[in-house]
Amino acid sequence: MRWGVITFPGSCDDHDVVDCLKSDLGQKVKVLWHKDELVGNFDCLVLPGGFSYGDYLRCGAMARFSPIMRGVVKFAQSGGLVLGVCNGFQILCESGLLPGALVRNSGLQFVCQPVHLRVEETDTPFTSSLKKGQLLRMPVKHGEGCYYADPKTLETLRKNRQVLLRYVDAKGKPTASANPNGSLENIAGICNQARNVFGLMPHPEDACSTLLGSDDGAKLFMSIATARSGRVSSHA
Amino acid sequence: MRVKIFVSLKNGVLDPQGKAIERSLHTFGYNEVRDLRMGKFLELEVDAPSRESAEARIREMCDKLLANPVIEDYRFEISSD
Repeated sequence: MRWGVITFPGSCDDHDVVDCLKSDLGQKVKVLWHKDELVGNFDCLVLPGGFSYGDYLRCGAMARFSPIMRGVVKFAQSGGLVLGVCNGFQILCESGLLPGALVRNSGLQFVCQPVHLRVEETDTPFTSSLKKGQLLRMPVKHGEGCYYADPKTLETLRKNRQVLLRYVDAKGKPTASANPNGSLENIAGICNQARNVFGLMPHPEDACSTLLGSDDGAKLFMSIATARSGRVSSHA
Repeated sequence: MRVKIFVSLKNGVLDPQGKAIERSLHTFGYNEVRDLRMGKFLELEVDAPSRESAEARIREMCDKLLANPVIEDYRFEISSD
């Protein structure tokens, strides 16, 4: 299993992802610079959290035009796995790899807190080792994490079961008070129709060891590793 | 040519900033204020052979980068000075 973690100017969780994958999970990881073309064989590319291009204009709006993104789009179109966390999720939405958009939190405040998530679908490489309805605990830390999509797009998401994670309370109920940012239908993470691109606002890399309070994030990364073990997709 | 571009949130997209500003105005007694929406204003200088070609280029810029069609609408004004 070969992972590529992309560093954009302003990314700040790239090394947390690398550390989690390498030290905690023993994975092979290469750090990729946004200005380079995408070269090499990877099973999964990670667009990490942070504030690419200072969040100028809109979060992820500029990073979308980084040279490496051409390769990322091709990689995704050829079935490669792409995971976007927080700012990475925003970049995936801006680039059109995922539907909808992430806008200012409804409470206007930057939120930084642990949340409960409910696994909604398990027929994706990202969640196949998890159980439907399983609760995960991970932190969120963002100012623009309110998921928005027009009613037609929401309907498509529902029909294709593209919502993979929802914010819930400790009992697993998607209540308004469990929703940290006002996301429509408590959406915390979605995948594309082909189920190989996944974006989520919570940070699995910040929940990779019980020492950090939770290792539920590691479960998500390991699900990807398990789903792809023995399979190396090539990309030139 | 001088271009003024106005980017605003589409109807139906939550605008918590607009809501907060509206509440502040109400606090100051401006109770006649309703439906405040917060947007972005960009001003730029552009070289173009004609007004039409400038319009086409600006539209392209807006669609590609300056506005996100999922959540935002835009309009612009071009002045020749």
